[in-house]
Amino acid sequence: MIAFDHVTKSYGSNIGIQDVTVRINKGEFVFLVGPSGAGKSTFIKLILKEIDADEGSIRFNGMEITKLSNREIPKLRRNTGIVFQDFRLLPRKTVFENVAFAMEIVHMSSRAIRRQVPAVLSLVGISSKASKYPHELSAGEQQRVAIARAIVNNPTVLIADEPTGNLDPDTAWEIMRLLEQINLRGTTVLMVTHAKDIVDKMGKRVIAIEKGRIVRDDASGSYGACEGDRLLNYKPLGGVFYSHVK
Amino acid sequence: MLNSWGYAIKQAFKQVFRNRAMSVASMFSITAMLLILGLFFILVVNINMVSETAKKQLDTIQVYLLDTTTFEEASGMLSQLKATEGVKEAIYLSNEEAMAQWRTKWGDNAYLLDGLEKNPLPNSLIIKVSRLEAADDVVAKVKTFQGIEDIKYYKDTVDQLMRVSKFMQVSAMVIIIFLVVVSVVVVSNTIKLTVLAREREISIMKYIGATNWFIRGPFLVEGILIGIFSSLISAGIVSFLYYKITELVGHEVFVMLSTSMVPGDFLTVHLIWIFLALGISIGACGSIISMRRFLDT
Repeated sequence: MIAFDHVTKSYGSNIGIQDVTVRINKGEFVFLVGPSGAGKSTFIKLILKEIDADEGSIRFNGMEITKLSNREIPKLRRNTGIVFQDFRLLPRKTVFENVAFAMEIVHMSSRAIRRQVPAVLSLVGISSKASKYPHELSAGEQQRVAIARAIVNNPTVLIADEPTGNLDPDTAWEIMRLLEQINLRGTTVLMVTHAKDIVDKMGKRVIAIEKGRIVRDDASGSYGACEGDRLLNYKPLGGVFYSHVK
Repeated sequence: MLNSWGYAIKQAFKQVFRNRAMSVASMFSITAMLLILGLFFILVVNINMVSETAKKQLDTIQVYLLDTTTFEEASGMLSQLKATEGVKEAIYLSNEEAMAQWRTKWGDNAYLLDGLEKNPLPNSLIIKVSRLEAADDVVAKVKTFQGIEDIKYYKDTVDQLMRVSKFMQVSAMVIIIFLVVVSVVVVSNTIKLTVLAREREISIMKYIGATNWFIRGPFLVEGILIGIFSSLISAGIVSFLYYKITELVGHEVFVMLSTSMVPGDFLTVHLIWIFLALGISIGACGSIISMRRFLDT
């Protein structure tokens, strides 16, 4: 699915990531954690080919990303949905239009748009807000729209860059539930986060980066170990946790 | 594909309207440039026309013979001339024939010639050269003949005309290139404003996987729209002015240079195409330049 093989990227004398080798398989849910400036963003940007690696190989769905030409980047990005901390919705478009926009860009017919957008809006639970503008929505609702936009073209990977960073804990958990649902439908989810409680309680694979290197890769890990935080052993099972846990 | 062009055109109209102050400013810039271009175009086309006509009319060398030169001597000269390179035609024109030509030329006023006691015109040789450039050699040859009174030819005049026309063409080129560059910069700055206003949208489009051409489309159309508007406006102004000018001075020009000005309809049709081509290229270049920074991923 996604395979980094001895990948190094530096910015002048600053190291982005160094000699990173890691594999993320189809259908996995992976947290990417680490302190600020550790190289998480570099990792994401390399997958999206926003930046080029200095060394090493990055494969995505069997495609060698480092060798992609600029013309082929859109093809790559259509296979990766992305969600940001600040939602990045288009303010002058309604919820429906924001999601439809992602389909227009890939030249989908208006018939397909009329069929698919409502389905996705219902999946993320904001069907009733389809005709509202982003500023009329709460932060959580905006993030749902962003997620709807990211998955409407059925990407194989959903990259979430601190998707809960701007949300209160309750809302954050709602978003996590949604991401988990999307993951259960077969989409690989790669989430960058600082939210220790979320990482700990989800019990998913955790890749910890520090100073550009992978320092830990636990199949069912927690956030804290790398930063010496107290370890939480509480791991909820299945999908029960989100209704009680704050 | 059709979908995305429809999208681009819709967006472009919106952008031009939202950003109307700057759009109008760029239109002014392109229009001003095209107006200057138009004036040069008119000048160059007309000078060319005059010099082309002159070239055709002035390929004749007139050799006036002394009265003492006999017809036999003249015939000898003719046969020598006919063998000379560059001579298309050489004929003998007696003074009677010359007078008859004058009478035809003067038409109703020919009676004035009746007052002449004796024919003042000399016998002459009329030489037509195949190329104007050959005239000098032919004249040099004629000068070696005995019994010549005078030689008249117009190479110098034509040369001068050609020089003026060349100079006009070159200076027009230089000025136009300069103005084109200025216009491209103005347009690209205008469009950069719309691009900046939509930078966020562009970055989102890129993340979702829009191709560069999809993103560029609306801005490209915006530039082209500005170009089309400006070229139509300036073609209108220049044609209108030209019609007025031909109306006012066309007749005088005809009398003075015995060639008419280039007809307005002909000029207008060409102007519109040239202006459209230039306007559209300037608009398109401007928008592509303004987008460069935002699209080099």
